[in-house]
Amino acid sequence: MSSALSHPVQSTDTPATGTARVKRGMAEQLKGGVIMDVVTPEQAKIAEDAGAVAVMALERVPADIRKDGGVARMSDPDMIEGIIEAVSIPVMAKSRIGHFVEAQVLQSLGVDYIDESEVLTPADEVNHADKFAFTTPFVCGATNLGEALRRIAEGAAMIRSKGEAGTGNVVEAVRHLRQIKNEIARLRGYDNNELYAAAKELRAPYEIVKEVAELGKLPVVLFSAGGVATPADAALMRQLGAEGVFVGSGIFKSGDPAKRAAAIVKATTFYDDPKIIADASRNLGEAMVGINCDTLPEAERYANRGW
Amino acid sequence: MSTTPVIGVLALQGDVREHLVALAAADAVARPVRRPEELAEVDGLVVPGGESTTISKLAVLFGMMEPLRARVRAGLPVYGTCAGMIMLADKILDPRSGQETIGGIDMIVRRNAFGRQNESFEAKVDVLGIEGDAVEGLFIRAPWVESVGAGAEVLAEHDGHIVAVRQGTALATSFHPELTGDHRVHGLFVDMVRENRTAAH
Repeated sequence: MSSALSHPVQSTDTPATGTARVKRGMAEQLKGGVIMDVVTPEQAKIAEDAGAVAVMALERVPADIRKDGGVARMSDPDMIEGIIEAVSIPVMAKSRIGHFVEAQVLQSLGVDYIDESEVLTPADEVNHADKFAFTTPFVCGATNLGEALRRIAEGAAMIRSKGEAGTGNVVEAVRHLRQIKNEIARLRGYDNNELYAAAKELRAPYEIVKEVAELGKLPVVLFSAGGVATPADAALMRQLGAEGVFVGSGIFKSGDPAKRAAAIVKATTFYDDPKIIADASRNLGEAMVGINCDTLPEAERYANRGW
Repeated sequence: MSTTPVIGVLALQGDVREHLVALAAADAVARPVRRPEELAEVDGLVVPGGESTTISKLAVLFGMMEPLRARVRAGLPVYGTCAGMIMLADKILDPRSGQETIGGIDMIVRRNAFGRQNESFEAKVDVLGIEGDAVEGLFIRAPWVESVGAGAEVLAEHDGHIVAVRQGTALATSFHPELTGDHRVHGLFVDMVRENRTAAH
């Protein structure tokens, strides 16, 4: 074996880190995949073995945050580092909305993506973090197009529809993804004159609104989150246009996490093949019990957090 | 042979859509491939960027690994970017337990060699066989090639590390030309597929 070049071909200029292309490009690599919430290194290994494309390291899954109440914050650095050590797939972690110091801490720990997340208790009721100030890319939640574009304007390199985390109920995920897709479709039909008013209505910068109207999609990867509990749920979100799914409480709050995790991965890849989804859905044991979102008090709806 | 070559993109996970766009721009008919019968119909195959552990697991799980190996052994032209490069390596230096590759290039690859996401970068890369300006290389949690065997040709290096390799009808890059809008590397691969078809007829 030889590692010497017969013709010396060397790149010349200085490499640039943290560019928009490098941040957004990272999310492109996750497409078609499942990102799983994990609270221990052992769970992270189960997720990796099941075929997860990344894990979200957090102290409590959303279902437990709901149950326990109180203020939910960034996880313990030891716990995050333990998970980074345990797996070779990318590791994401959550900071509170607007809590840019938690985000600084997460960046210093070397996480691969920061989720500025409504699942944690917001730290700022007006401002989200300036995500351009970071080398680490950010993913943010959105319930509609305007919210998604405001996050992108702040530097988010990936968007996930919010859904309602910790409920095991896919209804809000469907609502938010449909909302975003419908609003994009509507923009497609606008002429240039109408885009200025649309930008005002969406409370988002004109340039990004125009870009979305031209592309017919967000300029960053769009995943779905919040309520996916079964293989069919994951495939549903994919068929509705999500480029991948986040699964939080749905896996490790179920009867057989390893099996359910692998099944959701399969159904996410073959989201348009009902036979494979059927096979993946067999004998998974108990799904998480779930919560009916119409009985959920306004104050307990995480999707309302974020501005 | 004057008909347009049909090139598949392994669509188990990863940035499939960007490769389909780049291949179409480089004058190939591009289509996603997830099943053995779809693999049988293509003249060449791209293994995209993504998570190599995930792609490897799904390939085994859905009965694609053996058909992929058989076709690559039989000379199907293949091009792998990033995770795809790992999938085309005969050997991974630091595999996850049970991580299998398709193989096809006599090289040893180190996963995430350039570091985690915070170390991901873009830089100009001169690639042998690509005319004109250097290629804009996007390196995202990218692997590098530790060493190559006698049959493999090194096409590019960055910072002293091998980042592009060709062996016969197989091509691999650590970086992602599919994310830059510069379709010259895909053009090189489409040419390789055309030459292979001509040679076979």
